[in-house]
Amino acid sequence: MPVAQQVADNARRNDIRSRWLLSAPALVVIFFAAIGPLFIVLMYSFMAKGDYGDVKYWQWSLDGWFNVFFERDIFDDTVTLADAHLTILWRSIKLAFMTTVATLIFGFPTAYFIATRPERTRELWLFLITIPFWTNLLIRTFAIQEVIRNEGIVNTLLLKLGVIDRPIQLMFTDFAIMLGMVYIYLPLMVLPLFSSMERLDFRLIEAGYDLYASKFQVLRRIIVPLVKPGIIAGSILVFIPSLGAYVTPRVLGGGKNMMLGNLIDLQFGQGRNWPLGSALSITLMAIVMVALLVYVRNASKSGAGHG
Amino acid sequence: MAVSQSAIEARRVTKLFQGAGQDTVRALDDVSVTIRENEFFTLLGPSGCGKTTLLRLIAGFDFPTEGEILLHGQDIAPLPPFKRPVNTVFQNYALFPHMTVAQNIGFGLEMLGKPRAETEARVSEMLKLVRMEELRNRKTSQISGGQQQRVALARALAPAPKVLLLDEPLSALDYKLRKDMQIELKRLQHETGITFIFVTHDQEEALTMSDRIAVMSKGKILQVGSPHEIYDHPSERFVANFIGETNFLQGEVERAAKGLAKVKLASGVLLDASVPASMVPTGKVTIVIRPEHAQLTSEKAGVLKGVLENVVYFGTDTHFHVELDGGGEFTVRQQNTRTGGTVPDRGSRVGIAVSGDAAQVLRD
Repeated sequence: MPVAQQVADNARRNDIRSRWLLSAPALVVIFFAAIGPLFIVLMYSFMAKGDYGDVKYWQWSLDGWFNVFFERDIFDDTVTLADAHLTILWRSIKLAFMTTVATLIFGFPTAYFIATRPERTRELWLFLITIPFWTNLLIRTFAIQEVIRNEGIVNTLLLKLGVIDRPIQLMFTDFAIMLGMVYIYLPLMVLPLFSSMERLDFRLIEAGYDLYASKFQVLRRIIVPLVKPGIIAGSILVFIPSLGAYVTPRVLGGGKNMMLGNLIDLQFGQGRNWPLGSALSITLMAIVMVALLVYVRNASKSGAGHG
Repeated sequence: MAVSQSAIEARRVTKLFQGAGQDTVRALDDVSVTIRENEFFTLLGPSGCGKTTLLRLIAGFDFPTEGEILLHGQDIAPLPPFKRPVNTVFQNYALFPHMTVAQNIGFGLEMLGKPRAETEARVSEMLKLVRMEELRNRKTSQISGGQQQRVALARALAPAPKVLLLDEPLSALDYKLRKDMQIELKRLQHETGITFIFVTHDQEEALTMSDRIAVMSKGKILQVGSPHEIYDHPSERFVANFIGETNFLQGEVERAAKGLAKVKLASGVLLDASVPASMVPTGKVTIVIRPEHAQLTSEKAGVLKGVLENVVYFGTDTHFHVELDGGGEFTVRQQNTRTGGTVPDRGSRVGIAVSGDAAQVLRD
């Protein structure tokens, strides 16, 4: 018996060892590419700022975190709320939320349209949706700029038609940032929505009509609850990158209409305040985490039992 | 038969579908039929015969290419499905997976804007009708196929439709459950007094449940009648073949008068056969005789004569396969009794007696 026990133990040990060995590449990547750098950022946010960027290593300080929310006057040391930071924070959340809602409004009918096409043409439509991904993000953003700038397509056309007599200021506004983000993130909404709708049993829609539900009622009572997983996935996929967007607000929002991503960039660049930049990065992550938790909890509460 | 009002009337309805490529599929071809109020009407036919298409036109999911459909004498073409007082029991039930049993049943009433109390009461009533009271708060994914079937029925009956459409509702159930549901459906139809239009490809289901049956093939209705009429007096070869087993005999009409014809068979035997209404048979015709409407006799006593080829025992009855004089196979089905009779040997000469009006001329 003890011999048999020993053999079994050895086999178990070997089994565990080979499991660790097989998952080692993934673990290495996760540690060095995700957890490690994140930990460094967290450490930096608690260190004193260096004079020419960087940090003073192992000199602990809460200034970074303090500066996220407050400002200390240079002359008389009075402490006030950091209005600029809060404005940018609010703008980021607002624009990310509005972008999510807008992509949902445009993406839902698009996904429904594709899901209801016959199989062969469906693939073509999906292919068309993914085409913008082939182009660099920066180039796509500059393309938007070409459309909405004062001498751009929209303004030129409206001027020619005599609808307006002066160009409308579209560039460097919150609207411009949102327009850009909706354009860039729309496929991220359409694709998960489509995969949910593709699995939708369209006989349920007929059953709804048969039971006296109007088109709107069928949408609200049958389609939306059944494609909810897609709505959630799409919203998360759009909200997170929108909140931390960098290129789009930089190009379309200019220097004035900054978002969190730009603010963080500023701290690591011209601001030479790495602890503040690190603290802002962690703040951004925290907001995303909270938003996700709220969303997932809401979704599981009302959508329990299916999907 | 008492004259009753029509619940649904289809007038010269044609439905074309765009098939693969350039060709169009004629799913329904100039179909006219009247379905009476309070009757259990069955559309019977093989898959692809157009029976489900007709049902979908009545429900409003598709629209006829030509012709019109009347509900209580009124054209319902302009009404979308959610405005038709017609409900459907779908083939795979199509229950809403995100709702409970009670929510499913109450959905129609809720959409009609009925007060909550009324809906609640009606849902309870329906649950009782289909004997599902204990399961009202279950999700539809947590109940068995037979239970889902009952919920689908209750859901369609709850808004008290003028006409209930049933699209092969029993095909997904196993044999025993199907038998039970057949009786259940008949009971529900009786208790509610609603017109049922039932689609099936199962001839036995059609015969046991229906007041009247329409047999369909290739987008056309071939014959409409009571199960009795359809079975005993099929007017078309397809109908005779599709429902039950049949013997086909070839012959030539000698005389015809008033629904009756004397037909001379290849062997020279003269046989009396009934003739479908509004048909004047002449020349070569086919006649059908059901196996159980004939008896095996001695060679002398029989009208038809031949050689006994094979005897197959089925428990309740026995089939005798006879090679007829003048060509042709003929099957006689005889009920087995305790006393039994002496079964003639294979290869011996036998006669076949045919009961009074068992022979029927087909409209070929």
